[in-house]
Amino acid sequence: MAIKEQEKTEMPKSAPPPGKLANWFIGLYEVYRFIARFFKEAFLPPYEFKELMRQCYEIGYRSVLLISTTGFITGMVFTKQSRPSLSEFGATSWLPSLVGIALLRTLAPLLTGLISAGKVGSSIGAELGSMKVSEQIDAMEVSATNPFKFLVGTRVLAATITMPILTFYTAMVGMLGALLNVSVNEGTSTVTFFQSALESITYLDIIASTIKAILFGFTIAIVGCYQGYHSSKGTEGVGKAANSAVVTAMFLIFVEEVVCVQIFSLFNT
Amino acid sequence: MLAKERTDEHSEKVIEIKSLYKSFGDYDVLEDATLNLYKGENLVVLGKSGTGKSVLIKIIIGLLSPDAGLVKVLGQTIDEISYAELLALRLRVGFSFQNSALYDSMTVRENLEFPLVRNRRDMTRPEVNETVEEMLDAVGLSQTINQMPSELSGGQRKRIGIARTLILKPEIMLYDEPTAGLDPITSKEINKLINDVQERYHTSAIVITHDLTCAKEVGNRVAMLVERRFERQGSFDEIFSSGDKQAQPFFDYNFIQ
Repeated sequence: MAIKEQEKTEMPKSAPPPGKLANWFIGLYEVYRFIARFFKEAFLPPYEFKELMRQCYEIGYRSVLLISTTGFITGMVFTKQSRPSLSEFGATSWLPSLVGIALLRTLAPLLTGLISAGKVGSSIGAELGSMKVSEQIDAMEVSATNPFKFLVGTRVLAATITMPILTFYTAMVGMLGALLNVSVNEGTSTVTFFQSALESITYLDIIASTIKAILFGFTIAIVGCYQGYHSSKGTEGVGKAANSAVVTAMFLIFVEEVVCVQIFSLFNT
Repeated sequence: MLAKERTDEHSEKVIEIKSLYKSFGDYDVLEDATLNLYKGENLVVLGKSGTGKSVLIKIIIGLLSPDAGLVKVLGQTIDEISYAELLALRLRVGFSFQNSALYDSMTVRENLEFPLVRNRRDMTRPEVNETVEEMLDAVGLSQTINQMPSELSGGQRKRIGIARTLILKPEIMLYDEPTAGLDPITSKEINKLINDVQERYHTSAIVITHDLTCAKEVGNRVAMLVERRFERQGSFDEIFSSGDKQAQPFFDYNFIQ
């Protein structure tokens, strides 16, 4: 076969690179597209049930020990710190109600959200980041499989499902911590403690807490997946993805908490 | 028929690349690149590191988009088809990664099953098991079926990566630096495997490499990527003996000479 020389043609002109502001809007649009893609793909067949179950185990069950410890300590310490203020008015009997409302309305969702942002968010960011760097995500793409559905869809769904469960579990463990403190100091019985605590909790508190937990779970996983999925090449990129996943998720959790509190306070009045 | 005798210029084009341009920012990678892959041949793309060889096959498989130019794979223009059509096309085109890209969290069996169970949903569990075992047997690594990727050597990882690609029975194989980072003996085994794949599964292939031994052993035809274009195309011996100013330095620095 003869050696061929190609005919050379003129190269097309490329567009100038976008500025900083344009880049910011492009980034925002990318995030929007990522979230929209999740809603478009996660609920359509084929479903990845096995991977979803595995992720529920990883995100939910594997967080139980950490959540239990922090929840118990928070309940106990919050009760201890609240006692002096209440005792000034001779209102220590209100401690179970106060702890119950505080835990369910804010402490449990926020605590579970923040701990999960650190544990689950960083893990998702680092895992997907290293998969991206080692071309494992590309390998899924080229084997005619949709990696988004397998990696992002399952993780976000699993976090969204498990977070409300973890939140109520945290609230329960926190109440046990509070019970221990109240029993030792006031000698309150378990039945009296829970009767008093549960009397002050309304359905709105439970709904608000569930909605917040769902929001936090979704935020943690979608941020972790986005950072990991778009991590730059190299090990430095993996570290940055994990770090950004935690910082961004924590910040967004606080913003969502403020917004939710404002919205649900309208229903309380 | 010997692998070396397969090339036929008049046979069907399975990949057609015409005036392809690709750049990353200010860095031009491919400029007016034109190349064809004919049915049944192993085409080796030779070039120095960083000249855009891997970029080329990533454009072919749709992992990267071209800036301009035509890329036609099995009759379909890559940047004109939908994502669903692209996924369907990828069933017919296999891609073997430079670093194998095995899924770290899965065993060898799960790695091979992954594309199979998601694309051949009509297959029963015994059929899946049989296909996985057949593929592992084809690459000579049946004993590794329950091992994790971290327990495998570099050569074994390459073979498992090729087996995972072959499991969907593609018509075209794209090999990205198949012998990179391997010792000469393992490289020779991989070269033999590439030729075996061509013989056994009647695939057409593009082999990206800068390893001249690999090019000589597996290539029916060689295309040299020099300064963003395919300046020279022909058989290995034709390019090697041409004394061309651009091709020759590449050979001069290689141990084969």
